[in-house]
Amino acid sequence: MNSEKVIFSFFIVLSLTLNFGFILGDMENPAHHPVYELFAVIVVNLIATILKFGDRTQMGAVLLSTSLVAVLQLIVAAVIWTVVVHGMNQPLTSGVMVSIVSLSAGAFLANIISVVLLLIETVIMRR
Amino acid sequence: MDSIVYLVFRNMRQPLLTLLMVYTVAVLGMVLIPGQDASGNPWHMDFFHAFYFVSFMATTIGFGEIPHEFTDAQRMWVLISLYATVIAWIYALGTLLALVKADSFQMALTTNRFSRRVRKISEPFYLLAGYGAVGSELCRDLTDRHQHVVVVDKDPETISALTLHNLRADVPAFIGNAAEPDTLVRAGLKHPMCSGVVGLTSSNLVNLKIALASKLLNPTKQVICRADSATIEANMESFGTDYVVDPFETFSTHLSMALQAPGLYLLRQWLSSLSHAPLTEPVYPPKHGKWILCGFGRFGKAVYEILVDEGIEVTVIEATPEKTGSPHTDTVTGRGTEAETLGQADIENSVGIIAGTDNDVDNLSIIMTAKEINSDLFVILRQNKRSNQSIVDAINADIVMHPSHIIASRIRMLLVTPMLHHFMDLARKEDDNWACELVSRMIAISSDRVPDVWELSVDCNEAEAVCKAIESGTPVTVGDLASSPSEREEQLPMIALLIESEGEFILLPDADRELKTWDRILWASSPAVRNRIDWTLQNPVVLEYILTGEVQPRSPVLRFFNGKKKIPAGLN
Repeated sequence: MNSEKVIFSFFIVLSLTLNFGFILGDMENPAHHPVYELFAVIVVNLIATILKFGDRTQMGAVLLSTSLVAVLQLIVAAVIWTVVVHGMNQPLTSGVMVSIVSLSAGAFLANIISVVLLLIETVIMRR
Repeated sequence: MDSIVYLVFRNMRQPLLTLLMVYTVAVLGMVLIPGQDASGNPWHMDFFHAFYFVSFMATTIGFGEIPHEFTDAQRMWVLISLYATVIAWIYALGTLLALVKADSFQMALTTNRFSRRVRKISEPFYLLAGYGAVGSELCRDLTDRHQHVVVVDKDPETISALTLHNLRADVPAFIGNAAEPDTLVRAGLKHPMCSGVVGLTSSNLVNLKIALASKLLNPTKQVICRADSATIEANMESFGTDYVVDPFETFSTHLSMALQAPGLYLLRQWLSSLSHAPLTEPVYPPKHGKWILCGFGRFGKAVYEILVDEGIEVTVIEATPEKTGSPHTDTVTGRGTEAETLGQADIENSVGIIAGTDNDVDNLSIIMTAKEINSDLFVILRQNKRSNQSIVDAINADIVMHPSHIIASRIRMLLVTPMLHHFMDLARKEDDNWACELVSRMIAISSDRVPDVWELSVDCNEAEAVCKAIESGTPVTVGDLASSPSEREEQLPMIALLIESEGEFILLPDADRELKTWDRILWASSPAVRNRIDWTLQNPVVLEYILTGEVQPRSPVLRFFNGKKKIPAGLN
């Protein structure tokens, strides 16, 4: 058993599940999308990204790029949230919530790709 | 570039993860721990404020407790996270600094910078592998003549010495093993501007590899390599190495030239030395009488053959004849540094001595002892190390054979003035009187310094005016080029040594020989002339003056009053 593999798979899958949990619910309702979950998703995604730093394999490079896509989408969502609530002092309207959730849904897609790639690699490299 | 990014990422993974975790815990704690606002109501910090606070706390900037004063529980948490974040930052920065200072990182940086510099070269350059005694001399010669050079050497010290050598041009240098083709490619072997590869490392095998790699990876480029043994030389020539330079063989050719035709030897010395070097005196090695040869190694054998071919009687002194082998004639066993051994070799009745061991101290000692016994000896000294130059100069030998010097001057000739190489080939077929006459002509043009030797190509770039005149049918001769632009009856101090016209080489062309476009001329001149002749080459008015003796007005009005004399075709 390769401990590096375990840790990495753990974070990749965790980022997918957390992400799913965040976007689950009524898209327009802020009560269905707690800020803590977004925070957790961002942190776990960042960890998954950093874990792929300096990996020179082809698979490592592709996983790094999908993680980067997810992080980018999530950070944009977090920035929109912050700007609306703190920058403009407005309540979270359904329109804003929709854009935040759809951005996270994009990140969710990137995370799915990561997991699929991970599965493919696992199946090919079965030992 | 790739390797640098890789190195940084690889080493920063752990510290960045630590930093991220510490930040996460600190932010989360700030959000979860309840606080109070100014009026005492319970209040929870949100993520935005928590991240804002942790960011300035972790970097110890400290803007204070905002937006509301903290409760004791919050302060306790801040205390813990403050130390944790500062340690995480120190860890991250420390790793980054250690990485920057690490040798592997520096190496990657240097390699990168070198590759970029080589890639950016936009003018023809030579790739020089091996920056030893020969390499440094050649590098200086080439840069002095405005040629670009890229240097590869495996010794870091020689490369750092290069920066101290005050070369005229910027020379990209790289520490690497030239035996590896990758190193050569990085140094520009496949670069479109690379005009040739010169292999000058101290190892025959490495030179062989350089020649092989160059011929395989870039077959059109000129390859010149040093080879100290006949087998390696034959091997290099077998796959088309353009020039293989063997210092001992080259010297023995020079020596035979000095014996047969001292004038020609002198001519060769002058033309192949650096510009501004003082003129050397002619030497006349005695052809009748006995010679003594000390040291029967590679050098000794090469010289021995030449002397025997000339019908000269030679006595060999060799310390270890069982190792080096000995010729059929007399061999005295000994080092030659003692009067006794020299006496056995009949030094009193000899006319010349060759100190040819591979040890400079022995060579000098041989000559000093020999001169004490017989002061009329003709002395040939082999100098092995450049650092011994001052004592070698002091002993005042008639001919000094310095392998690095010989290789450097020969390669310089091949690279900078390839026509001179043809000139010497043709000159060897002439007799010594011809050479002596040329030598006296050369003294006339250059007083006490050796003349500059340079090539001129009659094309639109180097000689636009001349080229246009020839194409329009106005004949221009070699003598016209040598006329002074200010007074056409005067001749500039320059001699046309060789002209290459449509693949044909003509030695010392006549002054009334007509030029054709794309002719190449090899000139010997005093240094200042090179700039003056540019007037004739580029300026049609000056060329008209030189061809006709007068300059016709260019303006139509003046031409009307002037009787409409015709301007020669191609010069208007």
